[in-house]
Amino acid sequence: MYTTELKDKNQKPAPAAPAVAEDPQKLAAFEARVAADNFIEPKDWMPEAYRKTLVRQISQHAHSEIVGMLPEGNWITRAPSLRRKAVLLAKVQDEGGHGLYLYAAAETLGTSREEMIDALHSGRAKYSTIFNYPTLTWADIGAIGWLVDGAAIMNQVPLQRTSYGPYARAMVRICKEESFHQRQGFEIMMVLAAGAPEQKRMAQSALERWWWPSLMMFGPPDENSPNTAQSLRWRIKRETNDELRQKFVDVTVPQAEAIGLRVPDPKLQWNEKRGSYDFGDIDWEEFYAVVRGEGPLAKERMNARVKAWEDGAWVREAAAAHAAKRGQRAAAE
Amino acid sequence: MSKTWPLWEVFVRARNGLSHKHVGSVHAADARMAIEAARDTYTRRMEGVSLWVVRSAEIVASDPGEAAALFEPAADKVYRHPTFYTIPENVKNI
Amino acid sequence: MRDAVSDYALRLGDDSLILGQRLSEWCGHAPMLEVDLSLANIGLDLLGQATHFLGLAGEGKGVDADRLAFHRDVLDFRNCLLVEQPNGDFAQTLARQFLFSNWQELLFRDLTRSRNETISAIAAKAVKEVAYHARFANEWMVRLGDGTEESRARATAGLEWMWRFADELFDVDETVEPLVTAGVAADARALRAEWDARIAATLAAATLEMPRPRRGARGGRAGHHSEHLGHLLSEMQFLPRAYPDARW
Repeated sequence: MYTTELKDKNQKPAPAAPAVAEDPQKLAAFEARVAADNFIEPKDWMPEAYRKTLVRQISQHAHSEIVGMLPEGNWITRAPSLRRKAVLLAKVQDEGGHGLYLYAAAETLGTSREEMIDALHSGRAKYSTIFNYPTLTWADIGAIGWLVDGAAIMNQVPLQRTSYGPYARAMVRICKEESFHQRQGFEIMMVLAAGAPEQKRMAQSALERWWWPSLMMFGPPDENSPNTAQSLRWRIKRETNDELRQKFVDVTVPQAEAIGLRVPDPKLQWNEKRGSYDFGDIDWEEFYAVVRGEGPLAKERMNARVKAWEDGAWVREAAAAHAAKRGQRAAAE
Repeated sequence: MSKTWPLWEVFVRARNGLSHKHVGSVHAADARMAIEAARDTYTRRMEGVSLWVVRSAEIVASDPGEAAALFEPAADKVYRHPTFYTIPENVKNI
Repeated sequence: MRDAVSDYALRLGDDSLILGQRLSEWCGHAPMLEVDLSLANIGLDLLGQATHFLGLAGEGKGVDADRLAFHRDVLDFRNCLLVEQPNGDFAQTLARQFLFSNWQELLFRDLTRSRNETISAIAAKAVKEVAYHARFANEWMVRLGDGTEESRARATAGLEWMWRFADELFDVDETVEPLVTAGVAADARALRAEWDARIAATLAAATLEMPRPRRGARGGRAGHHSEHLGHLLSEMQFLPRAYPDARW
């Protein structure tokens, strides 16, 4: 979901083998350890490709959480009740916290917060495509909690047993906090769907606009994901994109039906033989366009993050300067 | 002068009786800010009664490459374990 | 008495609500992620206080906290002018927090002894949170005042903006006076000396000058607000006002 596979489909996929020749004995020991469901910790030997993939995946996951604060943050000041306002503020704060846990995990691999933020702002690092879509109504907040957090949970639960210790532990923390997020979103949708005609319309519209982008969150189809095999072997990924996507559809469609909303897919049909829903084709052109940075709100999201960082530079400098002054005074005593 | 905020490792004691456990890290300009950041990040759900923050640069870690020398010898020094000694059944409280 | 208690609770609730709303504007835009979490924390504490105080205020009028928060117009809001001031830059926001939280901590400390059980209960819980808010604001004033030349200039400017709204915090008008006598409300006048001392101590540590005295701006407690509140309310109240019969 937050992986290295966010490339333009017209680009050649990256080669699976690393350029660095790894010590075969060390590599074999590493592979055996991972295969035995053991954990790799920060100072352990690891192949360069493993380190690079993890830095990319974990930092992109972190960036997604931070950028993800923006579409929902857009509605905190306009939440329609005190309770909804507090719950939304707490949720967005949680997302910031998740970003923090993940940045912390990535830093154990030898990168820094500054480097990661620079990569995000310069466009070298990606974030989940889903956050490039607009939250134009209050119902969109419900849809995000229900569908986007729902999809994230599906991806995150298996990652609690990912091979890299700090990442796994961050995922355990995140999963504990995540279920409240999805429930608050679903509750919003439920109330709207049972409400006045304008509210039903808002809810139905939100589902229609967030459904397909949520399915795209799981990434390209397995046949277009060349690094999947290696990621699975290294336990950086626990299930394939298509497997997770199918699970998500199977779980979510009945939820939509339970609250009287219509999933916008004319090809959606229960398949008795497979015990799963058949569903329509995803518009991969849209997906790759968004990955390229052409998503509807891509400019606004990036501008907001860059502005916050640049506007905050004098604050960070002041705090650092003050700490240095204090240090000097203490040393002089 | 560095403009960046150093990294601090965070340890939380969940309840009296338990030890402090490592939970992650935060960036902060000074110790007081580190405590507050740690509190706001890692104890939002009442998960702690006590916090330690330590600059990451101050932590000395054992080298995994030395793991065999540091840790494995203990595995075959069985005389540290109470089960090495056979005590007759009729002798209690030992 | 009941009406007076309701009005007093309204003032306390509106202070917390409007300031909570202002702080939530920072969410996703703070200078550092850790700071984002801290500001959200303070905002959440304030929203919690607002919900309790407005609930109490509503009891006297037979309406709930949401009804009060989302359906009153400017003339009926009773917050002090300080909390509705715009965020500006980080220094302006912190200057506002600095003046307000130091006052709120002293106020709530007194209110833990209120003869009104609900008020004293709310204050007892809130005073711990607010002690943290005041400390956070004090520390940042010191960092900004005694940081770089730029941060000192911005901190000075922030204080300059907010200082004229401090006097109003210590007013006791004819609505509140009987409540003070009855031991329900705190006597805000009596808090001034201690507040002055705290502010002076922090500004000294921050190497910032005490702002020069000036005529205090007032009117919030009577519903005579600045231009800022109207805009804040149109954003905050839009949905319930646009869909008056809807449940959310």
